[in-house]
Amino acid sequence: MRYVLRRLVLFVITLWVALTVNFFIPRLMPGNPAEAMMARFRGRVNPDALKALEAAFGINTQQPVTVQYFQYLGNTLTGHFGTSLTFFPQPVSTVILQALPWTLGLVGVTTVIAFIAGTLIGLVAGWRRGGVLDSLLPPVFVITGALPFFWVGLLLILLFSVTLNVLPNEGAYDVTLTPSLSPEFIGSVLSHAILPAVTILIVSIGGWILTMRNNVVTTVADDYIRMARAKGLSNTTIMYGYAARNAVLPNLAGFAMSLGFVVSGSILVEYTFNYPGIGYMLLQAVDNQDYPLMQAMFVMITVTVLVAVLICDFLTVLLDPRARTEG
Amino acid sequence: MTTFTADATDAPTGKAKRRRSGGGMAIWRAVRGNGKALAGAILLLVFTVAAIFPQLFTSVSQPNNRAYPLSLPPSSAHLLGTTAYGQDIWAQLVWGTRETLVVAVVAGALASVLSVLIGIAAAYLGGIADDLLSLLIDVFLVIPAFPLIIVIAAYANGGNLAVIIGVLVITGWSYGARQLRAQALSLRRRDFLESARVRGENWFYIVVREILPTMVSLIAANFLGAALYAVLTAAGLQFIGLGSPTTVSWGTMLHWAQAGEALQTGQAWWVVAPGLCIALLGAGFALLNYAFDEIANPALRPVRRNRRNRVAQ
Repeated sequence: MRYVLRRLVLFVITLWVALTVNFFIPRLMPGNPAEAMMARFRGRVNPDALKALEAAFGINTQQPVTVQYFQYLGNTLTGHFGTSLTFFPQPVSTVILQALPWTLGLVGVTTVIAFIAGTLIGLVAGWRRGGVLDSLLPPVFVITGALPFFWVGLLLILLFSVTLNVLPNEGAYDVTLTPSLSPEFIGSVLSHAILPAVTILIVSIGGWILTMRNNVVTTVADDYIRMARAKGLSNTTIMYGYAARNAVLPNLAGFAMSLGFVVSGSILVEYTFNYPGIGYMLLQAVDNQDYPLMQAMFVMITVTVLVAVLICDFLTVLLDPRARTEG
Repeated sequence: MTTFTADATDAPTGKAKRRRSGGGMAIWRAVRGNGKALAGAILLLVFTVAAIFPQLFTSVSQPNNRAYPLSLPPSSAHLLGTTAYGQDIWAQLVWGTRETLVVAVVAGALASVLSVLIGIAAAYLGGIADDLLSLLIDVFLVIPAFPLIIVIAAYANGGNLAVIIGVLVITGWSYGARQLRAQALSLRRRDFLESARVRGENWFYIVVREILPTMVSLIAANFLGAALYAVLTAAGLQFIGLGSPTTVSWGTMLHWAQAGEALQTGQAWWVVAPGLCIALLGAGFALLNYAFDEIANPALRPVRRNRRNRVAQ
């Protein structure tokens, strides 16, 4: 259980580092951007909210930085992010709650699909060493993995929205419909999700295929595989029960690490497709210099990624006896 | 992405050791013999020439000047047409190579240096220092870098080149450091290091002359991975409008193309060309990187036909 404990400690420390960085960036930047933001919004938002914001960014306050820091930590951990300036008077937490489901739905589902499909394809490619799949896939997916997310999105828009005019190119659903559970609305949500999802899939699946293929190739050379063959086990049993089980473990660790990559990509994808998720909101906040919203979005994304990493760690413990007994 | 394909190289360190002597030549020979590496190298070479001598490819010297009629289609005078603001797209493309490549090479190199320093220091020092440095590496590995970069660039009010390179280095070193630490750890008890210690060599000699040469290909792969990361991240930043507004780069071209609704107004080239260049440059780094994986880990190399039966059994 030392492994789980270590990962929990890492979770807490990383969260603390992210929150601390988030606290100090606006205070350390030259030219005091927060003060400039206050000046722009003075008169447009009510004085109470402004006062709260001044306190949050450490302007016109007599409190020492340490007190501000602990207040900030307390507020953030209890979900009090303050008021959004772009969507005034909505509190930032409301804006987050509206955006989060879209991102989790789009990015979460797509990432899991990419992981499962990529791992299976990689397994087959690595197992049939030197086969058609194996000689064709690596160069192709090395290149697709190096494509910029947003450019793939733009090309898909060019092809399917502008030229063929079969799929919508922006938003999460048809705005003329009222959100409900009607088949019409669900269909609209799905058709709006296809292009962004395919974009994420195209770019991110290659990584899974390649790592899985490489893991399988190294695993197949191991003694226990030869042992299994000597015992006369069927090819399928060896492939799934022996090779795949062990080859997938590094992939799972890779899953945790690649989340940052997928998240950064999904920010760009949401921006390209005007998809109203967390990433899109983050960039909206940047455009409007809405620093409270921007900082909250950063915290939100960090927490989501960290929780996902933690889930991966627990899965690794479930699947890998070495992680359970280590130490 | 290719950043974690190299995981597999952690295991077979014995095979990499063979090439201890003769670093540079061995790598060149390996690059020449590997189709993926050769393709990657040629791509990088072309872009490097364009970055150093843009005048060779275009007669325009001020690509950002709005000197031409708006939204021209491709023609012999303007190979890729002009933008909705009256700039020659081909000229912007050629001149944009420089900034993109500089960001990639400088950020990639600095991040690699940081990876080498921290990774090897962690492995060599061991004990509490290793625990602390490993924790640092892990923290930087899981913090989502791109949102952090966006926040910093937003407060810095659109990054100039130095800011962008700085954040790319800070967020880009951790993966390589982890790999190098693992590799250096696996070397720690090797005979050739023991004998160096017995000879009474100091730690600097051991690290620089004994440990580093065994890791040339891994360090090279790390540089390529970091450079690829820098290309894509910088392009993403520029695309969302957080790049430097006064210079020309492929990412900023795409930003203006998106702002000018290039796709909806039938100016596909404005979008396709800069994106293709980013993709090709990225592919160049990625192909070389993957080839280095194959070089470091012979098990991953493509199987020759005549050996197929033996391996398949």
